[in-house]
Amino acid sequence: MSDDVILRIDNLRKHFIVGRKGLIKREPITVKAVDGVSFDVQRGETFGIVGESGSGKSTIAYITMGMYLPTSGTITFNGRDIFERGDRRPLDLRKEIQIVFQDPGSSLNPRRTIRQILDLPLGIHQPEKDRLTEIIRLLELVDLPPEFMHKYPRQLSGGERQIVAIARALATNPSLVILDEPTSALDVSVQGKVINLLTRLQRELNLTYIFITHDLSVMRNLATRVAIMYLGRVAEVAETVHFFESPQHPYTQMLLSSIPVLTEDEEALRPARVVSTGEIPSPVDLPSGCSFHTRCPQVMDHCRHLDPLMVPIDVTDSDHIVRCHLFEQPNGQVQS
Amino acid sequence: MTTETPLLDIRDLSVHFRVYGGVLKVLDRINFHVMPGERVGLVGETGCGKTTTMKTILRVLPSPPAEIPQGEIWFQGQDVMKMSQRELVHMRGQGISMIFQDPTAALNPVFNVGQQLTAVIRHASPENRNLNRDQLRERALEALRQVALADPERLLESYPIQLSGGMRQRVCIGMALSTQPGLLIADEPGTALDVTIQDQVLRLLQNLVEQQGNSFILITHTLGIVRQMTDRVYVMYAGNMVEVAPTRRLFTNPLHPYTQGLMDAVPRLTGGGISEGIPGRIPDYMNPPSGCRFSSRCPHAMPVCSREKPPVFQVEGPEDESHEVACFLYDEPQKVNNYKAEAVPV
Repeated sequence: MSDDVILRIDNLRKHFIVGRKGLIKREPITVKAVDGVSFDVQRGETFGIVGESGSGKSTIAYITMGMYLPTSGTITFNGRDIFERGDRRPLDLRKEIQIVFQDPGSSLNPRRTIRQILDLPLGIHQPEKDRLTEIIRLLELVDLPPEFMHKYPRQLSGGERQIVAIARALATNPSLVILDEPTSALDVSVQGKVINLLTRLQRELNLTYIFITHDLSVMRNLATRVAIMYLGRVAEVAETVHFFESPQHPYTQMLLSSIPVLTEDEEALRPARVVSTGEIPSPVDLPSGCSFHTRCPQVMDHCRHLDPLMVPIDVTDSDHIVRCHLFEQPNGQVQS
Repeated sequence: MTTETPLLDIRDLSVHFRVYGGVLKVLDRINFHVMPGERVGLVGETGCGKTTTMKTILRVLPSPPAEIPQGEIWFQGQDVMKMSQRELVHMRGQGISMIFQDPTAALNPVFNVGQQLTAVIRHASPENRNLNRDQLRERALEALRQVALADPERLLESYPIQLSGGMRQRVCIGMALSTQPGLLIADEPGTALDVTIQDQVLRLLQNLVEQQGNSFILITHTLGIVRQMTDRVYVMYAGNMVEVAPTRRLFTNPLHPYTQGLMDAVPRLTGGGISEGIPGRIPDYMNPPSGCRFSSRCPHAMPVCSREKPPVFQVEGPEDESHEVACFLYDEPQKVNNYKAEAVPV
């Protein structure tokens, strides 16, 4: 693994207190949205995070942005500790990390023109520059005609709105852009355009992406490495090709075999039918041991009380890491 | 083709909405039929008129603004357009059931599952009005058991908020099937659910439809689901039916440029990059193009396309599989082969 790490997340936890129980002690009820997640993002790559709703993928994005203060763990950006709330971060750090949200219908202010929308980040981060020229440059960068700056979001199609949201994220010249389900609200015929734009921008501007989605087919075509999350934990991390061609974690296999596909080639690639069973447990009341044991077709006795560690699947491939008891665990580990 | 009469037959149906500023010509002379026991898919993107079509069948479109300037709808040999209110209620009760996209919105939050389920069963047919409490309860339990829900007795007392998304959708499926409908319409039944849960729910739905032999209409924008669950597919674009074919044939040999573009746009698990998709956007329903509604976005557009609305051309496939496409490219039979070569590599 090369050592040009732009973002390093180590043992990150975010627990939300959602209520209290008990009359006298008032013990907190916590949701462990992110519970001990570690990964590195290399400069220039597209790091994909997949997972179902409630798996904690957006929480990680929001912590990285500084929208949430993590409960514990470390998070470093370019070697610099960023364990703090966004509004306490210095401006030069804030401009480096930007985000594009899922629904451009609600992430763009409906009462501002595109010009005003793009002017806001420019006014904060580059007040010395000629902002009108910058706005035109940004629109050209994302292939939108300059006249668009006089329009309101409602006059644009869904795809165009998302492109404006991308332009806004790029206004501060960031080096890391978090894409939180950027195409989930769009139709397939528009999705391709947005994704290809993102790929071109990444090449031209040397961007690093953290790409969050639940659509594995999009992930296959965009990410360089993929992490799969289940109930606040990473289940498997691998390079994209390995992830899709030899998925190791039973949850990854279940997820991959659940996707409806279009062609026989794709069917052949899917792992042998792993029938999806059971419900996703409530994040308030996580199962003991491995949190997937309630649905795992290969569950063993110790899965129910021992939490597996992240281990490489074999010595030759240290980039493919799995959190599962099917793979040899380091000796002497005892956890509950 | 068989000589059976279709269970549902829509002929030349148009639906307009009269709104401030003009008339939205949404459905434009569509034809659609479902044979008894057939599983039909209806595919198209947001705003193409899929849901409007289904609401028209059930006659639940609010009027005004909706108007039906022309067209016929026949269900079980009866003219739906001429039905009395009473007959409509009967059709909606016993003839056609519908499963909606969002089970949270489809269930009433202030009544428990049992109350909602027994109300549906009780009003499904006149005979059911005479069922007593225990019989109703028994029917409701049966409905929950068939959708593979554990502990149905306790579930009857539960409120929707106490159930997970997947369980709610199962309750909705059980409710829809509890009236033993001749036709089941599912409008994006898995879209609101997570992939693994969606897979469970769709498999359940597929098994139940197979067992009970209902006719089935699946509305969705996810092509993979249609491929998995239907016998025949209609492709809709901007209020037009652009292509109809047996499912397997449509996926191996899509003919209409829109269908080809749509299939090409779906990212593949096998990799190979993502296509640009289809340029342009869906036309304005207030002033739709006079010719083919897809012509402005079509890579093969010819002069005739913007002048005339393309008629439906019948393309004969192997084993007499009827494949219909509304596109001038298929005006002459030999052209079919030419464009086949350009079809999306699958």
